[in-house]
Amino acid sequence: MRFGVVRFPGSNCEQDVVIACRYLGFDVDYIWHGDTDLAGFDAVVLPGGFSYGDYIRTGAVARFSPVMGEVVRFAERGGPVLGICNGFQILTEAHMLPGAMLRNRGLKFICETVPLRVEESACQWTGVPAGTVLRIPINHNEGNYTCDPETLAAMEAAGQVVLRYCEPDGTRAPGGSAPNGAFDDIAGICNERGNVFGLMPHPERVVDPEANGTDGQTFFTRIVERLAGV
Amino acid sequence: MARYEIFVTYKKGIFDPPGATAARALTSLGYSEVEDVKIGKYITLDVADGPDEAARVREMCDKLLANPVIEDYRIVEAQGSVSAG
Repeated sequence: MRFGVVRFPGSNCEQDVVIACRYLGFDVDYIWHGDTDLAGFDAVVLPGGFSYGDYIRTGAVARFSPVMGEVVRFAERGGPVLGICNGFQILTEAHMLPGAMLRNRGLKFICETVPLRVEESACQWTGVPAGTVLRIPINHNEGNYTCDPETLAAMEAAGQVVLRYCEPDGTRAPGGSAPNGAFDDIAGICNERGNVFGLMPHPERVVDPEANGTDGQTFFTRIVERLAGV
Repeated sequence: MARYEIFVTYKKGIFDPPGATAARALTSLGYSEVEDVKIGKYITLDVADGPDEAARVREMCDKLLANPVIEDYRIVEAQGSVSAG
């Protein structure tokens, strides 16, 4: 079992993902965005950062990196793909996940630890029961997820909404609990098959109990268990 | 060579955070007549003459310059304003 973490020009969270995987005892290595061979990797992570300076739109240029064609094929074969923050933005731009990202409501770059409710979903990366409230940091300027109501209804029906911003007790405020204004408080979604998962929060930053907590461990450990047939 | 001007704006119904913020700021500056502000992008594209020129410019918009999920675009071919080089 080996994780591969793609390095785009402008990625800046790839080392955090590698450190998190190693902390959990998993084999991991970097993948250069110019590479087109994913042989030897069992799961691919698109990390956070500002790929290509966020020019045009976040993720808009990175999706055409040479490695992305192979990431699409890897996902089509059922390979697990995780997109964190800028990685999530790249997955939407690549149409591997529905919807798109807008600037945060209020135009503020938001950097804080927020409560997130785990929803009942088909996501292969989620290892905790629906209703669990996780505390994970967000760190972004464009996390205001949007899609049309028909797409949301289809995602709900297929179990594609994985994480929602919520209040500390797991409820959702009537006016919305998303600090960035995301539609229907959406913080993370997966594809129909559940192998491609994108989220704005940074689980790799909450893996070591001596640094912020352990609420992010579940995503990495669950996919390893799943690949091992557990 | 031809110059194309491309205007990228959010689709109807998509919330425009910079536009909404500018509208609030203008109102607080005393411009109470402002009812709505939309902020988009303006792109100029100089392209060599070719058989599928206009179709290829549309393709560039669909692929990269705009995101069809949230944005519309309008292409205007600038008349007689381009000098080679």
